[in-house]
Amino acid sequence: MSEAKAIIESEAKASIDKDTVEQVAQFGGEHYKYGFTTDVDMDRVENGLSEDIIRFISAKKDEPQWLLDWRLDAYERWLTMEEPEWAHVDYPKIDYQDLCYYAAPKSMEDGPKSLDEVDPELLKTYEKLGIPLIEQEMLAGVRKVAVDAVFDSVSVGTTFRDELAKEGVIFCSFSEAVKEHPDLVQKYLGSVVPKSDNYFTALNSAVFSDGSFVYIPPGVRCPMELSTYFRINEANTGQFERTLVIADKGSYVSYLEGCTAPMRDENQLHAAVVELVALEDAEIKYSTVQNWYPGDADGKGGIYNFVTKRGDCREDRARISWTQVETGSAVTWKYPSCILRGDGSSGEFYSIAISNNLQQVDSGTKMIHLGKNTSSKIISKGISAGRSSNCYRGQVSVHPKAADARNFTQCDSLLIGDKCAAHTVPYIEAKNLSAVLEHEATTSKISDDQLFFCQQRGLDAEEAVALIVNGFCRDVLQNLPMEFAVEAQKLVGISLEGSVG
Amino acid sequence: MSALLEIKQLHAGIPDKPILNGLSLSINPGEVHAIMGPNGSGKSTLSYVLSGKSGYEINGGSMLFDGQELAEMTPEARAIAGLFLAFQYPLEIPGVTNMTFLKTSLNAIRRGRGEDEMDAASFLRLARAKSKALGMDDDMLRRQLNVGFSGGEKKRNEILQMAMLEPKLAILDETDSGLDIDALKTVAEGVNALRSPERGMLVITHYQRLLDFIKPDVVHVMAKGQIVKSGGPELALELEKSGYAEYSGGTEAPAGGREAHA
Repeated sequence: MSEAKAIIESEAKASIDKDTVEQVAQFGGEHYKYGFTTDVDMDRVENGLSEDIIRFISAKKDEPQWLLDWRLDAYERWLTMEEPEWAHVDYPKIDYQDLCYYAAPKSMEDGPKSLDEVDPELLKTYEKLGIPLIEQEMLAGVRKVAVDAVFDSVSVGTTFRDELAKEGVIFCSFSEAVKEHPDLVQKYLGSVVPKSDNYFTALNSAVFSDGSFVYIPPGVRCPMELSTYFRINEANTGQFERTLVIADKGSYVSYLEGCTAPMRDENQLHAAVVELVALEDAEIKYSTVQNWYPGDADGKGGIYNFVTKRGDCREDRARISWTQVETGSAVTWKYPSCILRGDGSSGEFYSIAISNNLQQVDSGTKMIHLGKNTSSKIISKGISAGRSSNCYRGQVSVHPKAADARNFTQCDSLLIGDKCAAHTVPYIEAKNLSAVLEHEATTSKISDDQLFFCQQRGLDAEEAVALIVNGFCRDVLQNLPMEFAVEAQKLVGISLEGSVG
Repeated sequence: MSALLEIKQLHAGIPDKPILNGLSLSINPGEVHAIMGPNGSGKSTLSYVLSGKSGYEINGGSMLFDGQELAEMTPEARAIAGLFLAFQYPLEIPGVTNMTFLKTSLNAIRRGRGEDEMDAASFLRLARAKSKALGMDDDMLRRQLNVGFSGGEKKRNEILQMAMLEPKLAILDETDSGLDIDALKTVAEGVNALRSPERGMLVITHYQRLLDFIKPDVVHVMAKGQIVKSGGPELALELEKSGYAEYSGGTEAPAGGREAHA
C-alpha cells in the first residue's frame, strides 16, 4: 500500500477501534472497510413470502388495519407482476421464496427505546461505521447532523429528536410515525410512488419493515442535516425500507442517506422506496452516498440495489434536488425522479455512478414536466473501470400543459481501461412546442499521458486516478453537503483501487 | 564533486526501434546544460526516459541521479527524489483547479520524503508569492489545470510548478516551443530565478533563441541518439549559423530559424 493511501486510510480509520480493523482484515476487506458483521441475537422469520408473513410483519409492528390492508393489496398486485428485464443488467433469477423478510435484533423487541437503552453492541456497530448515535456536540463551526439508524429490518435509534421537536420537525422511524402521526402517514404514503408502480415497489409495499419519516412544518428551515444510515447485517435477508419526507409550505430540509453491508458471498436484495413531497415554495435536498458491498473482484456476492425514489413538487415553486454518489452494490437499478406538478417548480439530479470490477449500474432520472414554467437540470457523471458496465438512462418528458418548460442535461462518461462499458440512453419527449430542452453528452478516457503527468509531479497511479476522477465529478461533488463531500471524495478514490496498473 | 546526473552509455527506445544509442552526459549541481539537435535526434525521448514515462525500453547503460539508478525507480519516486520535467505539451485535467493540483503534488512529494504536509494557509501564501513572481494573477490558480490556457500560460504554469516543488534537477523539454518573444522572456526570467548552486538544469531545445535568455554553462549537440559535440555557449551560436546538417547528414534549416507556428 502506498504511503499516501495509508494516510487516507489511517484518517478514515481514526474513529474505528483496533479490533474492528483486525476483523475487517480477516475478511480480506482492505478495499471495503465496512464488510464486518455484528453478532447480536436476532429475531428472524423463516424464509419465504406469503400473506401470513405480511400479517406477521404488520402484527409485529402493531399496525392499524388500514395499513395491513394496504400491504395485502400490494402483495396481491405483486403476484400478478413480472420482474422488469429492460435494464442493461444481468443477474441470476432471484428466488423470492428463499429470502427472509424480517430480521431484527432481539433487544429491539419492544420497539425503539431511548438511546440510552439501545444494545451497546449496536451502538458499537455504528461507531465502527463512523456514524455517531450519541448526541455529541460537534466541533465549532460544523453543523449538527441528526441520524436515524436502520439495522436490517428496524430503526434502532434516532438522534436529536428533542431539539428538532422544538422547531416542530418530526424525524423518527417509519414504525413510530405510523403510531404517532397516522394522519400524515395515511395521507402521503404511496401518494408519490403508487404501490404497483413497478415490481419492486409492489414488493416493498407488501413487506417494508421500517425506514425514516420526516415532516417539516410550514415556514421552518430545518436547523440541522437529517440523515438515515442503512445497515444490512443478517445473511440471506432482504432490506425493504421506506422513507417519506414531507416539506410543508415554505420549508426547507437537507437529507442524507448512507448504506453499507457486510461482505458475503451470496447476493442480497435491497428494494427500497423513497417518497418526497414538497408543497408550495418548499425545498428538499436529498443526498445519497451508496456504498453497499459491491462483491469481490470476481463478481462474487454484493447487494442488488433495486430502488425507487421519486419526489413530487406538488405545489407551485416547490424545489427538489437529488444528489447521489453510487459506488457500491453488485447491481444498481435506480432512477431518482421529479414530478414537476406545481407551476414554476424545479427539479435537479446530480449523479456520480462508479462501477469497478464486475459491478453493473443502470441508473439515471426522470423529469416529468406537468406545470407551467417548470425547469429541470440533470448532471450525470458515470465512471466505469475494470470489467464493469455503467448505463445512464434518463427521461425528460414535457406534457401538453407544461408551457415554457426548460431542461438542461449533461451526461458525461469516463472510461478507465479497455474492458469496461459505458452506455447512455436518453428518452426525450416534448408535447408542448414552447419547451426548451438541451442535451449534452461526452465520453472520455483517462489517458496514459495524464497519468504520467501526475506521476511526474509525485502522485502514484491510484492517487492520480482519484484526482482525475474527482475533477471529472466536481460539478456533482460541489452539491453535496459539506460534511459529506470530503467523505465522498475519499470514497471515489477507494472505489477505484486496483483499476490501474 | 560528484555529479547530480551521470548518464553512461545509455541505450533506449521503443520496441523494435532504438532511439538513444550509447548516450553519455554528466551534470553537476549548479550547472545549466543545453541539448540542441535536429528533429528526431532523440531529445524528447531522453527527457521521457529520464523521468520514467511508460512505453520506453532501456537496453543498456546507466543513469544515476544523486547516486540512485533512475531505471529502478517509479516515475513518482523520481519526482520525490527531486527530478522535475517541464513538459513540452502540458496536460489538461478538467475539474481540478491549478491550486488543488499544486497542493496535491507538493504534499505527495513532501510525504514521499517523510516530511509533514503543508497546511492550507502556508500553502496559499507560498503559491500566491510564487505565482506573483512569475507575473501570474490569482485567477490562474483558481482555473482548471491548463484547461483553456494559452500556450504561454501553460508553459508559465510549468515553471510555477517547478518553483513550488524546488527540484534538484529540472529538465525543460522544448519549453520555448509555441511561445512568442514576450512569453519566452517571462518564462526565461522565471527559470533564471530558479538557478542556484545546488540545482542542475537540462534545457532541451531545437532553437538557439531560448539560450539568449537562459545562458547555459555547457551546450551539447545531439544527433542519432548520441551527444556528438559539447562546448561552451559559443557552440549554440555556431549552430545558429551552420545548422544541423553536418550532424544529421540531412538538410536541416539553421538552428536560428524561426519555428513555424502550428
